Amino acid sequence: MDDKRIVLLVEDNPDDEALTLRALKKNNILNEVVVARDGAEALDHLLGSNGKPGRIPLEHLAVVLLDLKLPKVNGLEVLRRLRADPRTRRLPIVILTSSKEEKDLVGAYDSGANSYVQKPVEFSAFVEAARHLGLYWLVTNAPPPMAG
Amino acid sequence: MASFSDASVKVKLILVSILSKGVALLVAGIVITSLDLMSLREKLVRRMSIQADIVSANGLSALLFSDPKSAETTLAALKADPRIRAAGLYAADRRLFATYVRDPSEGTRLLEDSLGDTGEGHRLGDHRLVLWRSVLFDGKTIGCVVIVSDLSEITATMTRDVVIFASVLLGALLIAVTISWRLQRTISQPILDLAGVARRVSQEKDYSVRATGESRGEIGSLVTAFNEMLEEIRQQETELRAARDKLEQRVAERTTQLQAANRELEAFSYSVSHDLRAPLRSIEGFSRALAEDCAEGLSESGKDSLKRIIGSTVRMGQLIDGLLNLSRVTRAEVRGRSVDLSALAGEIVAELRNGEEGRQVECVIARGAVVQGDPALLRAALQNLIGNAWKFTRKRASARIEFGYAEESDERTYFVRDNGAGFEMSYSDKLFGAFQRLHGQEEFPGIGIGLATVQRIVTRHDGRVWAIGAPGEGATVYFTLGKGGANGRQEDRAAG
Repeated sequence: MDDKRIVLLVEDNPDDEALTLRALKKNNILNEVVVARDGAEALDHLLGSNGKPGRIPLEHLAVVLLDLKLPKVNGLEVLRRLRADPRTRRLPIVILTSSKEEKDLVGAYDSGANSYVQKPVEFSAFVEAARHLGLYWLVTNAPPPMAG
Repeated sequence: MASFSDASVKVKLILVSILSKGVALLVAGIVITSLDLMSLREKLVRRMSIQADIVSANGLSALLFSDPKSAETTLAALKADPRIRAAGLYAADRRLFATYVRDPSEGTRLLEDSLGDTGEGHRLGDHRLVLWRSVLFDGKTIGCVVIVSDLSEITATMTRDVVIFASVLLGALLIAVTISWRLQRTISQPILDLAGVARRVSQEKDYSVRATGESRGEIGSLVTAFNEMLEEIRQQETELRAARDKLEQRVAERTTQLQAANRELEAFSYSVSHDLRAPLRSIEGFSRALAEDCAEGLSESGKDSLKRIIGSTVRMGQLIDGLLNLSRVTRAEVRGRSVDLSALAGEIVAELRNGEEGRQVECVIARGAVVQGDPALLRAALQNLIGNAWKFTRKRASARIEFGYAEESDERTYFVRDNGAGFEMSYSDKLFGAFQRLHGQEEFPGIGIGLATVQRIVTRHDGRVWAIGAPGEGATVYFTLGKGGANGRQEDRAAG
């Protein structure tokens, strides 16, 4: 396991953030997790702003866990902008949200999400989901080659 | 007469006028001419009779003295009358004694034709008048005078009369036509106007036009009545149009309101789905964290409290999901496909058996229940019904679940029957309400949304759902799909 690889968690709810971090930790996923509190911050981390590059080196980024309901720039918009940028076009992005509404599912996949996970209410189920996520995206999945 | 019936009022009026006047004039003319002819003929006979008397008187001595020469002189005097074409004096033995012939080429033929008559008399033919008189001497007939006269004078007079009459007739008719042409307008014009307006109304549906014309007489009242009728129609049309516009406007308003309500509902369920879950997750998650991290510092009572908190959040999550499902069922579009309910029931039972391997349940599924409907919704309905049956037979030693259908008065009724806990019939109206439960959570866990969902799905398929049961004897939930259940039978025929 490449311990240097970073996970970006885009989550506005501090409770959910703490629970996600706890779930990852419980599964012994020790990768660095960078947290963005809204869509704008996430875009800033990844793509940068005002000509400056993003704060996260994209080559070290394993996966983005993206909530849909976010302040400033919502999750679907973040997804669209990332897919429109050649640097993040192939970046693995997993939607991690409370909603299971059909329009959210359709919107997420249409905008280029790689996966869609509904946050379960039960923490045990959440821990299980986090385990699957970590195992799959950090171990099983072969990351895309970095765009030039 | 058909062509007369088809003619316009104008033509009819003129024809009637000409015909009536013409016939009257013709009859008058014929009567006058006939009378004239008769009088002319009488006059001619009288004149010729006088001439014959004169000849008879003058020719008497000639006959007595057998002097034909003197007789011919007497007869020659008839030359003065141009109408007399020939005359003859006969002796008593019918021998021609003396003759007068105007046109010598004709000879005495004219006289010969007319011989044989005695006494006094005349014969009026088409072209000539033959008149004869006896020549008497001392009461004894000694001879006979015959005068042949032509009728050219009468013919000429008659011809002139006819020409005059015809001219008068023609002139009178011309005058009659002119007068009736002018007069008919007062009668036919308003009728023609009325007909024109009626045609316009019927063709252009323009009820604002009005017939103009006189206001007196029958035509006047016709025009007035027609206009009143038009006014009434126009008013009714205006009212109808206004009512329709109002209705359309109301429909549009209601549609807008409905769309707004639908949007609100969608936003609401989205909000429920997303926002209600988040705090629940926190409560559950941190309760667990507390239980895990601080297990040693917690008393048994504290641990029990945490357990209850966690249990409640899980249940609340299920309630939220149930509510969302219910609203999704109401909003979902119903797709019409061929659905095999028997196969679906089989799959659902297999899933239930997999989920709870220890249970022994006898499941009877009737084959061939093929309907038209939405596969996902119908699966959800059956899942709820069979799931309920599965749940409520848990305490039975020999649990039995049956899915089947029956034809009842032209309608196919499907049912799911179990021999489980059953229910009190007096509560049957509460069965299909959302969050209505007839059993305690401890006894049979659930959120009370299953049958409400079933009812909505069945309603969306134009069907009905009802239940029959008794406590401890099981329950049967019946439902129909579509009007008359016709689709079921059709499918059967297609499948057979």
